[in-house]
Amino acid sequence: MSLLELDNVTLRFGGLTAVSQVSFSVEEGEVFALVGPNGAGKSTIFNLISRIYDPAEGDIRFDGKSILDRKPHEIARLGIARTFQNIELFDQATVMQNLLVGRHRHRHSRMWSELLFTPFVRAEERRHREAIEKVIDFLDLQAYRDKYIAGLPYGVRKVVEMGRALAIEPRLLLLDEPASGLSVEETQDVAFWVEDIKKQMGVTVLMVEHDMHLVASVSDRVLALADGKMLAMGTPHEVQNHPKVVEAYIGVADEHEKVLA
Amino acid sequence: MRTVFKTSYDADINLFRHKQQFGWYLALFALALALPFLLSNFALGEATNVLIWAIACMGLMILVGQSGQASLGHAAFLAIGCYANVLMQQRLGLPFLITFPLAGLIAGVAGALIALPMTKLHGIYLAIGTIAITILVEDFIVIAEPLTNGVIGLIPPPITIFGLVIDRYSTPNTLYYLTLGITLLVVLAYRNLQRSPLGRSFAAIRDSEISAQAMGVNVARTKAVAFGISTGITGLAGALMGHYAGIFNNETFNLIISIQLLLAIVIGGLGSIHGAFFGAAIVALLPQTIAFGRDMLGGLIGGGSIAIPGMEAAIFGLILILFILFEPMGIYGRWVKIRTYFELFPFYRKDMFRRQKAYLKTERMR
Ligand SMILES: Nc1ncnc2c1ncn2[C@@H]1O[C@H](COP(=O)(O)OP(=O)(O)OP(=O)(O)O)[C@@H](O)[C@H]1O
Ligand SMILES: [Mg+2]
Repeated sequence: MSLLELDNVTLRFGGLTAVSQVSFSVEEGEVFALVGPNGAGKSTIFNLISRIYDPAEGDIRFDGKSILDRKPHEIARLGIARTFQNIELFDQATVMQNLLVGRHRHRHSRMWSELLFTPFVRAEERRHREAIEKVIDFLDLQAYRDKYIAGLPYGVRKVVEMGRALAIEPRLLLLDEPASGLSVEETQDVAFWVEDIKKQMGVTVLMVEHDMHLVASVSDRVLALADGKMLAMGTPHEVQNHPKVVEAYIGVADEHEKVLA
Repeated sequence: MRTVFKTSYDADINLFRHKQQFGWYLALFALALALPFLLSNFALGEATNVLIWAIACMGLMILVGQSGQASLGHAAFLAIGCYANVLMQQRLGLPFLITFPLAGLIAGVAGALIALPMTKLHGIYLAIGTIAITILVEDFIVIAEPLTNGVIGLIPPPITIFGLVIDRYSTPNTLYYLTLGITLLVVLAYRNLQRSPLGRSFAAIRDSEISAQAMGVNVARTKAVAFGISTGITGLAGALMGHYAGIFNNETFNLIISIQLLLAIVIGGLGSIHGAFFGAAIVALLPQTIAFGRDMLGGLIGGGSIAIPGMEAAIFGLILILFILFEPMGIYGRWVKIRTYFELFPFYRKDMFRRQKAYLKTERMR
């Protein structure tokens, strides 16, 4: 059984079909990449999995069960974590506090005990912080632990967002363009982390990424989309050389050249 | 700036960051305990008033500063706490020790229930929605005359705790200590909230609803809980206000009070407990200060005291405008800057604190 299955999913925004009859499944333990030109519908697929949108048609299953009857805030509890394309961190809080919000799924204390800060709450807090410390070590965030997000450089914020998603201790991690806007070195770090997330933590990764080099080096399978439709699916090598994909990208490249010229 | 070397998880969890900080607050507490011996009865009454306002400000601060929701309805919850407390004493004969926490609970539950349908509203719309609450409760007090005695108002009995009678005029010291104790309990609850998961989920919905939701935070419920805790604390302040005022009616808790509360926490500094106290001091002491200044001015110019209607509101508005223009982080923000200046002397840079401070950034996602 696949960990995540999208079954003929369609979503329309008014007249625009952002996602059109998309079907794919992500197997436990693999890194699956979604690629495609701008506006292909990649982020929209993430938002569908996060239950921000209701699909017009089709079904989304996690661990064999449909998630369409779930509310958006129940998705994390299932073990699905995500990052956002345009970083959505808690700006007026520290890195530590941001990561701790990721532990919300593991909260066992209730309002009254927290207002009294009972020994149980303290013990829980220690446990959460221990878990967070692992994430901080993994992503090398030690230097930023008590810094406010609002003052951090872009690259660090991207990493913090990934850390917050890892703090959930997910089974499936959705990364929306984890390397966009990063330097070559930072992108290399991301590649290593994705490898480790898969191999050491055993977390399945579904990733949207434009950097084909990164995609080719970390992903097991790739799905190419354009205008909401599936173009090709297979190994990175197969997809990169698929005629339809080449056409879609060259089309885009041509437009870019026209704009530049 | 002191660097704290953290050697255990408790370093982040504990109430005080280091021994010196604990020392400072201990000194402040000692001063607070000594106040009745240092001040006249009149001044001590004012200090009590400041503490009561500080409780109310902390109540609203939890909502606005922590969870990022605005409210101009908090006078209503002062009223609910105040009337519930006194009516339970007068009609049911219950003692203060029971009516007081119950009053907070009633105001809290009322707040959470009213908030549920309003959690879809954001920013200015939420503020307008909450104005309605203030107006409705004010009207209800007038209409429900058999219960509330309408515009004539109620006179609360003196607080009685195990036979000990506490009253503003006959035992000002005891009332002050009682208020101080309650204030400290509220501060403790506020601090506990800040260092526990619920407080962090408040900050989460304040800064990004969409990712709070992706982290598993139930946004609507968390907003309602924030409202409930906020209005509960405000209700406690309302109960104390009733006893302190000695008489109250519908006008004691009108829209102006709601506005003053909101302005107080903005002037004091959003998001911090210190800010609540600074703001409370301004609101509670301003009328006296103005009266004092007016008498002085009148004495200087001659011709007795001059009375200009609306003076208080105008000065208050002026202070607010000045703060928003020159110190959006409030009195507490200014204080942090001055402190850092001295701690780092001579290395302080002018733009050290330059970062955008944007609460109520809620209508982002879709
Ligand atoms: N909330 C919305 N309302 C209307 N249209 C939307 C909405 N969200 C996305 N779209 C449209 O749906 C299409 C797919 O958008 P999506 O964000 O999924 O693209 P993407 O593949 O993530 O592109 P990019 O690489 O630029 O991030 C675009 O044409 C976009 O304009
Ligand atoms: Mg996108």
